[in-house]
Amino acid sequence: MAIAPAGALPRGCMPFTKLGVRQRTGCATIPRHSGTAGVEHDAMATEIRNIGKSVPRKEGREKVTGSARYVDDLTFPGMIHGITVRSPIARGKIREIHFGENIPWQEFAIVTAKDIPGKNCIALLIEDQPCLADEFVNHPEEPVVLLAHPDKYLLEEARRAVRVEVDPLPAVFSIEDSLARKHIIWGEDNIFKAFHVEKGDIDRAWNEAAFTVEGEYETGAQEQLYIEPQGMIAQAGPSLGVTVWGSLQCPYYVHKALVRLFGLPKEQVRVVQTETGGGFGGKEEYPSMIAGHAALLAWKSGKPVKIIYDRAEDMAATTKRHPSRTRIRTGVTRDGKFVAMEIDFTLDGGAYETLSPVVLSRGTIHAAGPYACPNIRIRSRVVATNAPPHGAFRGFGAPQSVFAMERHLDKVAAAVGLSPEELRRRNFIRQGEMLAVSQVVQEKVEMGKLLDRALELSGYHEKRARFSLENPLSSIKRGIGFAAFLHGAGFTGSGEEYLASEALVAVTRDGEVQVLAGSTEMGQGTNTVFAQIAADAIGLDCEQIEILQPDTSLVPNSGPTVASRTTMIVGKLVETGALNVKKTLIESGLLKATFTTAEFRKACAQYVETFGELRSLVKYQHPSDLHWDDSRYQGDAYGAYAWAVYVAEVSVDIRTAEVRVEDFVAVQEVGKVINPVLAAGQIEGGVAQGVGFALYENVVWQEGRMSNGQMTNYIMPTTMDVPKIRVYFEEIPYSRGPAGAKGIGELPLDGTAPAIANAISSATGIDVSEIPMTPEKLLELLGRPHA
Amino acid sequence: MPESAARIRVQCEINGVQVTLESYPMARLLDVLREQAGLTGTKEGCGEGECGACSIEMDGALVNSCLIPLLQAEGARIRTIEGVTNAGQLSGVQEAFLAQGGAQCGICTPGMVLAALNLLARIPNPSEDEIREGLSGNLCRCTGYTKIFASVVEACRLARRTT
Amino acid sequence: MRSFVPHYRLETPRSLTNALERMANEPNVWKPFAGGTDLMVLLEAGKLPHRQFLSIWKLAELRGVSVSPTHLTIGALTTYSDIRRNEHLSQEFPLLCRAAAETGSVATQNRGTLGGNIANASPAADSPPAMLVYDAELELVSTKGTRRVPFHGFWHGYKKLALREDELIARVHLPRSDNPWREYYRKVGTRRAQAISKVCLAGRARLEAGRVVDVRIALGSVAPIVLRAAQAERILENAALSPALIRSAQEALARDISPIDDIRSTARYRLRVAQNLLAEFCESITARL
Repeated sequence: MAIAPAGALPRGCMPFTKLGVRQRTGCATIPRHSGTAGVEHDAMATEIRNIGKSVPRKEGREKVTGSARYVDDLTFPGMIHGITVRSPIARGKIREIHFGENIPWQEFAIVTAKDIPGKNCIALLIEDQPCLADEFVNHPEEPVVLLAHPDKYLLEEARRAVRVEVDPLPAVFSIEDSLARKHIIWGEDNIFKAFHVEKGDIDRAWNEAAFTVEGEYETGAQEQLYIEPQGMIAQAGPSLGVTVWGSLQCPYYVHKALVRLFGLPKEQVRVVQTETGGGFGGKEEYPSMIAGHAALLAWKSGKPVKIIYDRAEDMAATTKRHPSRTRIRTGVTRDGKFVAMEIDFTLDGGAYETLSPVVLSRGTIHAAGPYACPNIRIRSRVVATNAPPHGAFRGFGAPQSVFAMERHLDKVAAAVGLSPEELRRRNFIRQGEMLAVSQVVQEKVEMGKLLDRALELSGYHEKRARFSLENPLSSIKRGIGFAAFLHGAGFTGSGEEYLASEALVAVTRDGEVQVLAGSTEMGQGTNTVFAQIAADAIGLDCEQIEILQPDTSLVPNSGPTVASRTTMIVGKLVETGALNVKKTLIESGLLKATFTTAEFRKACAQYVETFGELRSLVKYQHPSDLHWDDSRYQGDAYGAYAWAVYVAEVSVDIRTAEVRVEDFVAVQEVGKVINPVLAAGQIEGGVAQGVGFALYENVVWQEGRMSNGQMTNYIMPTTMDVPKIRVYFEEIPYSRGPAGAKGIGELPLDGTAPAIANAISSATGIDVSEIPMTPEKLLELLGRPHA
Repeated sequence: MPESAARIRVQCEINGVQVTLESYPMARLLDVLREQAGLTGTKEGCGEGECGACSIEMDGALVNSCLIPLLQAEGARIRTIEGVTNAGQLSGVQEAFLAQGGAQCGICTPGMVLAALNLLARIPNPSEDEIREGLSGNLCRCTGYTKIFASVVEACRLARRTT
Repeated sequence: MRSFVPHYRLETPRSLTNALERMANEPNVWKPFAGGTDLMVLLEAGKLPHRQFLSIWKLAELRGVSVSPTHLTIGALTTYSDIRRNEHLSQEFPLLCRAAAETGSVATQNRGTLGGNIANASPAADSPPAMLVYDAELELVSTKGTRRVPFHGFWHGYKKLALREDELIARVHLPRSDNPWREYYRKVGTRRAQAISKVCLAGRARLEAGRVVDVRIALGSVAPIVLRAAQAERILENAALSPALIRSAQEALARDISPIDDIRSTARYRLRVAQNLLAEFCESITARL
């Protein structure tokens, strides 16, 4: 089994040290035994010391002092640098790879597809995406050649000197062209995946509608723009196996991909997550690609290889949010009740499948919103185009379909003659009613109450009245709008069962409690939340809980850090593991029911002395009352939903069509807030990303390539572009979440953009049906110059 | 290949210590700090002076180190994030960031802390607008800035308490 | 994609004289490098073809703001932060301070210089519109001596300066004025900070009894150079402001400028917004009394 030999300890990696405040350290060397089977039992009532409190971030001190080690901060002895040569065009056959003059090529490690020991693919759902293009290229920036050299400057020069000559083939760049099968560029029909959801009898239901309202809505690509670019360091060789260290969200996804790429047994591949400077989904799939590249160069050169993308490369070559097009037709009775909802939802998936079917799935399931409607039809598909594959980005399909629905319903309200809020009120789903995929909502849900609270906190009615009086007199038009929505936590349907996640809780001889999970900290607070959960389960302070660095040679597979699942699903496993450990100590007679920290330490020492180790490996158990039918796409899609109403106030300067978000209120019901500062931080950050999605973040495409791939020209909000975001939580505990918690990470991306779009529409009378709603687009819609 | 420029040696003061740095004259100060001086707290986020992750103080002024050629660091007095912590003692700004949740993934944090310190050195009691403007060159993708504002306000409060 | 850094020469001249001598002795070989906020970005993007620079950052002669009875004089190496902090400038030439405050961010303003901005000759530069409406003059130096030229006309084409290869921009002279001018500056960028301008309008006018007796209007980002809107100015000069007049001036403006579609914005947007800013300028100078 390949644990890195001692000499190869990366320099940035610190051994166990005891500091004043207990911190997460790296490179723990606990021998990996098969775990003791956890003793299952119901959650015991424990004293709440940490949950619900804003316990300071576990790794906060390293972050504010600049001592946290991200991948580019690490160096290894003998390490060289790697770089990627990419396709210059969108689609074609590679004719020749030309290595220019004036470069000492003999000093370089050079890798192409033929150097791949295993299968030339980045294994994910399927294996259609090559690690290095071999015969054909299917998108601009597709990786073709890898180079490595000790001199970073020379490496860049060398990249410029490699010319990949591609004979062009006709390419497809739009959803329309792909659906029209202008050219078949993937599979038989360009369609990665399609879904069809039916509820009730929609074809007949139109007869019951007094009003029928149609609309079409579009959302653009969005770049995740984590401030730390993608990066990996690899060590690899036939006797070493493959080890990678890097910025990533899902160590076991990378592990699986490397196993396939190299054709190695699982034990010979090791993946270690370094401190990660933001992910947001952008480091869910893509790290497997860059890890594969670094490892191939390491394998070829016999040296450790570091690849760090510069920003321009990162933006142009890696995944983005799937662009979307949605058509909705809604039938409403005279009383303003939904009687028919037909949704046609299409996503642009880019050149390879990657995770598109799952993005489509989430978007499809969330499309009809938190409403009760007896007759629903949703037809959806994700199609191929010759752009770099689109991928995971916080929200994962839901921001696209929720934007459409929440914009649409303001239009429906106007057509029906109801206020936007009254229309929602009359249709909000309640406990016992069915969502679009025929999931009966088991939990208590109070959307009406959330709406009331959000409208009150934002001063909605007073402002709406005031703005309608003031707007005609001013060139600054003000508006206020809201969105009502839900977000399912965890993997869809049988996904969690399929993932079969595990987490491990162990104690050391010194009485430190260790949590071993494959879940990654990337700023959202995983380390801290896990520590709080484990600490309260046992009855300790957070300082005594150590969260081990995710290292596939040490930690079990807890599933990917995505889908708003980490606190709710994996946190629950951690809670159970911690309870098991405590129970074992008590049942062994070494610990009483109540104890001091010193007594706990003593009991651990004695237990480990006598029995060798104390570990509880907990495996996810899918609740027996959740049923999902994959073939009919119906049933219990998610174990729990978070519910929300967001309100945005905007000002629009009609001279320049600039939109400013003046105030933002986010109200959500989330089960249980484990750490108020961290939870609010998630909502605030998500809202800011939603502001970008709605107003600023425009990807300019030129023949499938992002042409504005610099931070100067791809615009994310600065401190001057977002208001203070006001966040409010409600708590209706979810019985299966740790301390009742549900997932919240992606929620804010769903409701922010439609709330802003509705506010702009309210301010100007313009129908905002596409985002980003840039000033250029808005000015066109606003009309002639004003004198 | 054309001739290389001669490498240069530059004397400057970094975090109170005299150092000699050596590289090409147009080498980015960011790279020299990280790779030669071992000061990896200063980060690269964009390489074009937009994100502020590379912010340092040079002769008392906040600058983007990715845009400073090594030659121009000659004789400079430089402070990086490593120079903010004083013998293990956190500054008020750092304490405030910890207490208020101003850091999430942490990659923007060194630059943000320096920008905040620099702001408070110029304007000890900044208004909300002044805070926004002072930090407008530091991009954060995680926090939405709300808790960064709260951290700066808290830092002011802490500073008032100790003076 | 980074340029090959080892190929770039950057040297510190002993003095201003030494810098000028080197530039005279080897024409077009040595170019000046001030704060680097433009040049280093180009270096990083692999778009800096010129490879030999003289670092003039420390030449004290080129820094600072001085006052005479007729002019305020700004050294070419004065940074935007220096400009913002200067009391004389903020009192007498507030549009320049506004422009400086809207350039980049604090870190950029600490290193960006007025001379560098002029030499870079970007049509999207923020300070030049203000300089144009202030009738700025440039002082250029070389081994052959000094010459003074109006800033208006100094840029005569896209990135084309009336600057000899052996010359450095030394100072910017702003003529002082007793008469009260009404002033306006607005930059419309991609966001509220750290933004490249999509349209920028600086305007200055003197009114007497409701008539415009003197007017200057300059725009950025709507032509290959930052320029004065000569035709729009002619419409407004010696006229009484009225909605009809403003519309007429807007039409004239459309003939003054030639905006384009680019990565940040569109020609249509730029034209309409420029016309709207012109109207806003006209309204602002009548509103204020």
